[in-house]
Amino acid sequence: MTTKPLEEPATTRPVDPALVPHGGRSKAPKVLAAVAVILALLPLVPVGIPVLFSGPFDTPGTLQVLAVALTLAGLAMSYDVIFGYTGLLSFGHALPFALAVYGTNLLMAHARLPYPVAAVVAIVGVVALSALLGAVALRTTGVAFAMVTLAFAEAFSILVLTDPVRFLGGEEGLSIASDMVPDLFRGVVNTRNIYWLALLTAVVVYVLARRVVTSRAGRVFEAIRENEPRVEMLGLAPFPYKLTSFVFGSGLAALCGTVYLLVVRGANASITSPDFTLSILIMVVLGGAGRLWGAALGGFVYGVLNLRLSGVATSDAIDALPDWLAGPLSEPLFVLGTLFVLLMLFAPGGLSSIGRRMRS
Amino acid sequence: MSSFVLYTITGLGLAGLYFLLASGLSLIFGLMSVLNLAHGAFFAAGGFAAWWVMDSVTFLSPGPRFLVAIGAAALVGTVTGALVERGLIRRLYGKHVEQILLTIGLGMAAVALMGGWFGYDPRLLTQPGWFTDTTEIAGANIPNSRLLILGVAVLLLVGLMLFLSRTRHGLIIRAGVENPAMVQALGIDVARSFTIVFALGGALAGVGGALGAVYFNGISPSLGTAQLIFAFIVVVIGGLGSVPGTALAAALVALTQVYVNNYVATGLGSISVVILLALVLLIRPQGLLGKAAP
Repeated sequence: MTTKPLEEPATTRPVDPALVPHGGRSKAPKVLAAVAVILALLPLVPVGIPVLFSGPFDTPGTLQVLAVALTLAGLAMSYDVIFGYTGLLSFGHALPFALAVYGTNLLMAHARLPYPVAAVVAIVGVVALSALLGAVALRTTGVAFAMVTLAFAEAFSILVLTDPVRFLGGEEGLSIASDMVPDLFRGVVNTRNIYWLALLTAVVVYVLARRVVTSRAGRVFEAIRENEPRVEMLGLAPFPYKLTSFVFGSGLAALCGTVYLLVVRGANASITSPDFTLSILIMVVLGGAGRLWGAALGGFVYGVLNLRLSGVATSDAIDALPDWLAGPLSEPLFVLGTLFVLLMLFAPGGLSSIGRRMRS
Repeated sequence: MSSFVLYTITGLGLAGLYFLLASGLSLIFGLMSVLNLAHGAFFAAGGFAAWWVMDSVTFLSPGPRFLVAIGAAALVGTVTGALVERGLIRRLYGKHVEQILLTIGLGMAAVALMGGWFGYDPRLLTQPGWFTDTTEIAGANIPNSRLLILGVAVLLLVGLMLFLSRTRHGLIIRAGVENPAMVQALGIDVARSFTIVFALGGALAGVGGALGAVYFNGISPSLGTAQLIFAFIVVVIGGLGSVPGTALAAALVALTQVYVNNYVATGLGSISVVILLALVLLIRPQGLLGKAAP
């Protein structure tokens, strides 16, 4: 990494109102509370958005899509703490998430722990492991840090895929040990409860992350992102702050993982892959890094589009197109990737900055 | 003993593929500080170009056709690399994190684009009969395709070293890796070198894709991305921006992988490579032949 000149202006971008501590002047929490209330009422509304969703909001299929999207919103916020606020380019954020998904399920299946206990044990385990891995990885910076974290995540991914002890389900994945799940969250009939749990988790992640990023430590996170040598010169050691950010973000990711297990009713090898890590990065940047609600928006939009674009693509409008165009357009990742490239070129602050851009 | 020779040559063939992918990555990173996560897509594009030639240019006999296929793969890689640099990367000069993010989106879209066109199942490459024949070396029967991949990779390594050491463009690239600001201050157009390394990296990755389609017995959109992880590991172990370091690390990584997979347990090879990376980064963060970080 190149060191930045010390004469750099104090703020390299306008101060976001959402980042002002303790929310005195910020409108974000009120708007977000309203959004949360609307989302909480959705499962009671028998209407839908015709092309985007396959059925009204009160059907399990649509609620399932929304629950996945909400979990990803939480995951994106957890990564935003590490990448958006602290500026640590980790390529291994899939690891704490996937570890929690697999860990919770294995604890339920083999240690016969009920779901809530298994989830808590898994989160604690992931936090401890993240502290260890983070302490090793943070000895490097910049691209080397990205590579080490990628390597850790890749190691777990290979472990799952090759599955040497026939324990992790390989490419097939594991299905949930549903006998250990409370009745409230079991089966398709209770999709609504799972949806509410996913929403609650997203809210909890937001509140916890916001408390941390607006705290004194959170200000240091941002200072490290902007200019690490200067933080050192001010007499603060960046390492403990970077490690705190990394471990805290990983812990939140683990929390999202325990809920994701219920939402998709199993553990799939694809969430361990480096591609999934990169898609978390894309979610955060899509919405706007360094702004929690932006990351949440990015994760939500990514989740909905990734699951529903292929459904949209089978519509007649696309069928009428020639094959060479219809093929790629029915690939969600093609559309998302292209959208992302365009955003990077024309609106680098992500979706959440577009409103402000239009105003100024 | 004969199995040891087989594993060694198979490993060196794999090393050749890693080198083709990693040398471009390393030069691009060394010169421009861009970590090109779309590089795996260049590899896959080259593989599909070769597959298409082998599949449709049927008036040539398989041998010459394969030469055309390699040429087509190199051409597709070159053009893609140059276009990506000119059209996209150039717009974000000086913003390294944004450039990385852009290549992530690009790689994702490109893999899905190829998936939309060709499907995700591997497409089998028609191979000249000579490829599957074996040659006896020290009592081991080695498939000729392994020797071919190794030969082409060594040839390109020598070519690349000559290009970097003997031509003006090569000199500018080496100087740029050393100190881009100084090269610019001397009034040399570094931006043109940026396009050249991207085109060159694309060409090498494209040829890698064509050979990879032979090595892995087919080409699929995600093959490049799967190899890219190991190419990154090779780049970091070798030292960013160092071509000899990349070659050395490619051999080290591929041989470790093949030996461990065959002598210890299948699947452990990749994990041992990851451990190797972590060790190198902790003991010698600049890589085997890299300069100390500024």
